[in-house]
Amino acid sequence: MSGGADFAAAAAAGRPVPSRLGRLGVPALLFTLLALAPLLAMAGAEGYLLSLLSRVMIFAIAAIALDLILGYGGLVSFGHAAFLGIGAYAVGILSSHGIEDAFVQLAVALGASGLFALATGAISLRTKGVYFIMITLAFGQMLFFLATSLASYGGDDGLTLASKSLIFGRKLIEGDRAFYYAVFACLLVTYILGRSIVASRFGRVLRGSRDNPVRMEAIGFHPFRYQLAAYGISGMLTGLAGFLLANQAEFVSPAYMTWQRSGELIFMVILGGLGSLHGALLGAAAFLLLEEYLAGVTEHWKMIFGPLLIVVVLFARGGIMGILGGRGRRD
Amino acid sequence: MTPTLLLVQVLNGLQFGLILFLIAAGLTLVFGVMDFINLAHGVQYMVGAYLAAAFAAWTGSFWLALGLALPTALVVGLLLEILVFRHLYDRDHLDQVLATFGVILFLNQGVKFLWGAAPLNVPMPDLLSGSIPLPGGLLYPTYRIAIIAAGLGVAGLLYVLVHHTRIGMLVRAGASNAPMVSALGVDIRRLFMGVFGFGAMLAGFAGAMVAPILSVEPGMGDNILILAFVVIVIGGIGSIRGAFLAALLIGLVDTVGRTLAPTLLRLFLDPSVASQTGRAVAPMLIYILMAAVLFFRPSGLFPVRR
Amino acid sequence: MTEPLLRLENLRKAYGALKVTDDVSLEVRPGELHAVIGPNGAGKTTLIHQMSGLAGSDSGRILFDGADITRLPMHERVRRGLARSFQITSILPGFSALENVALAVQARSGSSFRFFGDAAAETALNDEAERALGLVGIAHRAHVPAGLLSHGEKRQLELAVALATAPKLLLLDEPLAGTGHEESERVVETLRGLKGRYTIVLIEHDMEAVFSLADRVSVLVYGRVIATGTPERVRANPEVRAAYLGEEAA
Repeated sequence: MSGGADFAAAAAAGRPVPSRLGRLGVPALLFTLLALAPLLAMAGAEGYLLSLLSRVMIFAIAAIALDLILGYGGLVSFGHAAFLGIGAYAVGILSSHGIEDAFVQLAVALGASGLFALATGAISLRTKGVYFIMITLAFGQMLFFLATSLASYGGDDGLTLASKSLIFGRKLIEGDRAFYYAVFACLLVTYILGRSIVASRFGRVLRGSRDNPVRMEAIGFHPFRYQLAAYGISGMLTGLAGFLLANQAEFVSPAYMTWQRSGELIFMVILGGLGSLHGALLGAAAFLLLEEYLAGVTEHWKMIFGPLLIVVVLFARGGIMGILGGRGRRD
Repeated sequence: MTPTLLLVQVLNGLQFGLILFLIAAGLTLVFGVMDFINLAHGVQYMVGAYLAAAFAAWTGSFWLALGLALPTALVVGLLLEILVFRHLYDRDHLDQVLATFGVILFLNQGVKFLWGAAPLNVPMPDLLSGSIPLPGGLLYPTYRIAIIAAGLGVAGLLYVLVHHTRIGMLVRAGASNAPMVSALGVDIRRLFMGVFGFGAMLAGFAGAMVAPILSVEPGMGDNILILAFVVIVIGGIGSIRGAFLAALLIGLVDTVGRTLAPTLLRLFLDPSVASQTGRAVAPMLIYILMAAVLFFRPSGLFPVRR
Repeated sequence: MTEPLLRLENLRKAYGALKVTDDVSLEVRPGELHAVIGPNGAGKTTLIHQMSGLAGSDSGRILFDGADITRLPMHERVRRGLARSFQITSILPGFSALENVALAVQARSGSSFRFFGDAAAETALNDEAERALGLVGIAHRAHVPAGLLSHGEKRQLELAVALATAPKLLLLDEPLAGTGHEESERVVETLRGLKGRYTIVLIEHDMEAVFSLADRVSVLVYGRVIATGTPERVRANPEVRAAYLGEEAA
């Protein structure tokens, strides 16, 4: 992966080209900080900090997955929490039947998320604009209600896992720090995969289809296929986040896939800056840390959070990455 | 299932469908006229219910409460329009979705702040608290019949308003060509504000009407909002007629489906499996219905030409 | 006589009661530059949409390179060698001129379901794209974001993109639309350079350019072809003069 692709994309978009620091430095800095955090945290409250940061990284995976189709594909999926749910329930349901192997659970989580993405994407992508937003929203709700009616898997109340997933039959990710680094590895892989996809042939077709689908057809592409594949990839990566989420909480419930959760995922992406991938990581961190802080200040923190969201939308277009790199958001 | 029981379910479905219509009508009008997607429409329904509850507790009369709740819901809607929504009309749908999501977070928490998290109850007006015998001997609550009547009344009123008045003509013209309407010398901002306030009031009316039969609680508008979206997507965004038919369809399928699905499945499966599968499938029915409609008609049943 | 490359048979398209194209039959021979002219509202744009697949046809057939393509979607027709440009410039403004063209090269060279490797660094794609840009004379603007090109350059980029799909037939929808005098001469020169190397259907309003370029001209009036022939014969056709040239003169 060369830095040249980013450069070309930014230059081509007529935006000010972010400094070299913005292109490579910000993600490198973020990942270095995340890699070192457990060492820094040894001073005190390690457990709390690691679990908070693990949560941040898990949601960052989901946000990056969403950014892939939202920022680069222009597809506003308002049902992405469903994939979190699928990933989480894959863990919950399998482990309630005694299948606790991480690789089996992960394979099922990814497979089920991918299948759900392809099935619902095939219908949703036939529609455009606001219809797409609403349909993805509705499919997400459909799964939410399915989960609440799964009486044998806890229904509304959800179900508690006996333990975290086992790796080669052993409790390798049981400890806070081990789990932290497992999540870190998943995030790093997701990010690198995302970077690669965006710069690849596939990514270029995806970006072109976002900007002008008719043009893409006129040069021989069928945007639908590429968008569907991107939707599938995004769904699977979000399923991965769901798999990790269930493992962190050792608990699974329909609350993972409320439509509000889907909205929060979109907000994370926008907050960080659309279409830059590491922006999604920053956005997830800013969102969850702010939530954590405000919730400590008042139980009515959402009365601060809601207006804050409105202010970001109205005044801070481009999100955190926009502020850092002087990049405008694409129109 | 006996025919009478089915009749009860159909009436329930009709009542639910008409409540859905009251909410969906405002949503589809606002979208049709302003190309504005308003997630906060559901909380306006909740606000209507809370206002009815608060005024009922204050005045002791359901009718007074309803009379006070309507204009207050209108004011709340207009206030939101001025403070937030009007700054979003020329933004893309993504921005609109997010900002109105922020409004939801604020108002859901706001009612909790003001009235607490516990559900409120609104006493049913004496006049409508009785029940009506159905053929077959069962009794059906008068209040639900009243909701059906009110819903049909509002639907009729809306039809006349949209199709046979000058304002309605402007609204319809504004939906397909806003610049032309402003070229006619109409203040498009005031038209937008009017449509918005009206939509908010309809949702508030729906909330106030259901307050006596549902518990009034934070977040009560969230799930019904999604159903209203399903309604306007199936009906065709911007179409009042589509919203009306789709609302009734969704109301009936959802209500009747929940009782009928387990019964029907019992023909193929053993009873315990049937009832469990039925209960799992029933809430998904309307989404499957929506998917099916959109598969064949990606712009809904009554697409509005724009 | 050689088999025509493109043949339209009794093509019709109506929007409601309005017949936009009405029983259009047309043959385009390999290697020729065939111009379709007509007054505004004659159905020229609809006809090119029907040929390219952007709009369907109510009845009639379209035969291209020996195969019936009437029901094929646009992207399938492109893959068979039927490329088009748009009247209203339709480029990817966020992509560089080079990337706009490279994407068209990419569409026909290998799978685009490749998730690894930097597409912008693929020399095979970029070299061909540069060649196409050179062919229309804007190679020096390769790395400029397409949105920042001048109007005339955008029209030339449109051409380059169409060329990069390696077409057997080029459908050009008013390539001179909206260009200034100097720019329009540059585009005409480019077209003259392409003539003979590609089979071209040129839909155009600018009469002067058409008569100097075209091998044959078809005249479309109210959705019907009223005459087809060499520029001289068409110019002399009294029906054409009445319907179209008269209007221009007036």
